[in-house]
Amino acid sequence: MEQFSLGLFVWQLVLFIGLLLLLKKFAWKPILNAVEKREEGIKGALEAAEAAKKEMQNVTADSEKLLKEARAERDALLKEAREIKENIISEAKEQAQVEGDKMIKQAQATIEAEKKAAVADIKAQVANLSVEIAEKVIKEELSNKDKQLKLVDDMLGDIKLN
Amino acid sequence: MHQFFRTHSCSDMRYSFLSKYLVAVFVLITGIVSAQSHEGEEVEAGAHDLKTEIKEYIDHHLLDSHDFSLFSYTTDEGEHKYIGFPLPVILWDNGLKIFSSSQLEHGEGVAEVDGNYYALYHNKIYKTDAEGTIKFGAHHEGDTHSEDAFGENLVVEDAHPSNEKPLDFSITKNVVFIALVGLLMFLMFRSVASNYKKSNMPKGLGRGLEPLVMFVRDEIAIPNIGEHKYKKYMSYLLTVFFFVWIINLLGLTPLGVNVTNNIAVTFALALITYFITTFSGNKNYWKHIFWMPGVPVPMKIILAPIELLGTFIKPFSLMIRLYANITAGHVVLMSIIGLMFIFKNWIGSPLSFVLAFTLSLLELLVAALQAYIFTMLSALYFGMATEEDHH
Repeated sequence: MEQFSLGLFVWQLVLFIGLLLLLKKFAWKPILNAVEKREEGIKGALEAAEAAKKEMQNVTADSEKLLKEARAERDALLKEAREIKENIISEAKEQAQVEGDKMIKQAQATIEAEKKAAVADIKAQVANLSVEIAEKVIKEELSNKDKQLKLVDDMLGDIKLN
Repeated sequence: MHQFFRTHSCSDMRYSFLSKYLVAVFVLITGIVSAQSHEGEEVEAGAHDLKTEIKEYIDHHLLDSHDFSLFSYTTDEGEHKYIGFPLPVILWDNGLKIFSSSQLEHGEGVAEVDGNYYALYHNKIYKTDAEGTIKFGAHHEGDTHSEDAFGENLVVEDAHPSNEKPLDFSITKNVVFIALVGLLMFLMFRSVASNYKKSNMPKGLGRGLEPLVMFVRDEIAIPNIGEHKYKKYMSYLLTVFFFVWIINLLGLTPLGVNVTNNIAVTFALALITYFITTFSGNKNYWKHIFWMPGVPVPMKIILAPIELLGTFIKPFSLMIRLYANITAGHVVLMSIIGLMFIFKNWIGSPLSFVLAFTLSLLELLVAALQAYIFTMLSALYFGMATEEDHH
């Protein structure tokens, strides 16, 4: 207690409280407020960045989805086109077959008709020839009746119709 | 004219733990020195005078003074010269008495104000007669000395003057330093604060100080008081943290001022902590003191006075802790520096230099640590006072 100095105690108390009040007004409040404001700013910025990141992810996901859809659609289209192509080709083939068959039939019919006409013609010519031969034979052989008959028989025997 | 002073100056060593400790240290060293020395008796006598001088110097260093002197020396004619300047002395002795401390002539003169005479004795101002006589009470044993086992002169009892002591509100060296530290802190932190007006980021001084402010907030205030209530205590915590730290650091400079080793200073700080704790105590806090919940009634009755006493002991421990740590640090450090002058050989001085250097580094840590502990515990007490009921 001998060391205790009342004067120093009073001065310390007065000066310290004075300092406390002055610093509170001019230093601590502005410093702490500024720091708090800055911290809040940083926090806000970080949150905004986080939100932006999330949005970005959403956008990426969306575009990926779109891309996937587009790709699927393209694939579908291609598949369809391929089917159509195959259909067309097979149809065309079928048609060609049918057409060919038809043409062949026609050709055959024509050939048949031509043949018939040719046969008829040949028959007519044969008949004419026969008539002409018969005329000649008749003319020549009319004199020789036996002989003429024999000739007719021989000749008819030679001509063989199909 | 002032013969009394000379006679007493030899006998005013205090018989205390401190001097016992110092004597033990010095005796140990003297033993080593004399064992090494070939001159024996002469060195013994020389070392003895030096010891007294060093001890007085340490005592003087730890005390407050009424003038601002950085160091003093004695001329060949035996005259004391002081380098520094006087400070105003303010006394309350049936009216305000103000005069310059130069009139006290560092304890060698008598100041006369309005027909009253004042003189210094052990750095305290006493009312005296025109000759500056210091009278001693009946219990004082005068020049009775006892010789201890080591041949050291020790005064049995401390000399208590019976002179009237006026109330002393002088601007002492410590008061000047308290004010200077206050001014320094104000200028520093105001410039830091004004920087934030311009930009959000700290600049210059603020770069160093902002982390410390944040440390007090994030490591001391918020964990101890809590997120919601810490704000109103921040001003006190920050002020006390920086004040104690800066003033402790200044105590380590060669300026030779010690503020925190004055129990008056630490008492003032602890008192503020006590008042803030008491006035911010909520219902829950007082309930825990006077009617401790969760224990049987007889225990509640026993605990109430203990808890009440605890509210005083907590700030009291703050006061003692800061005071004792700084005082002890200074005493040990200066004793070790003093060893340099006692060992005058090739091994002792470097050794004590290394010791003193190491200890100075330790004291740097202690300066910050004590500021931290004071602030931490204050915050803890505020936290206890404002804690909400969890039961």
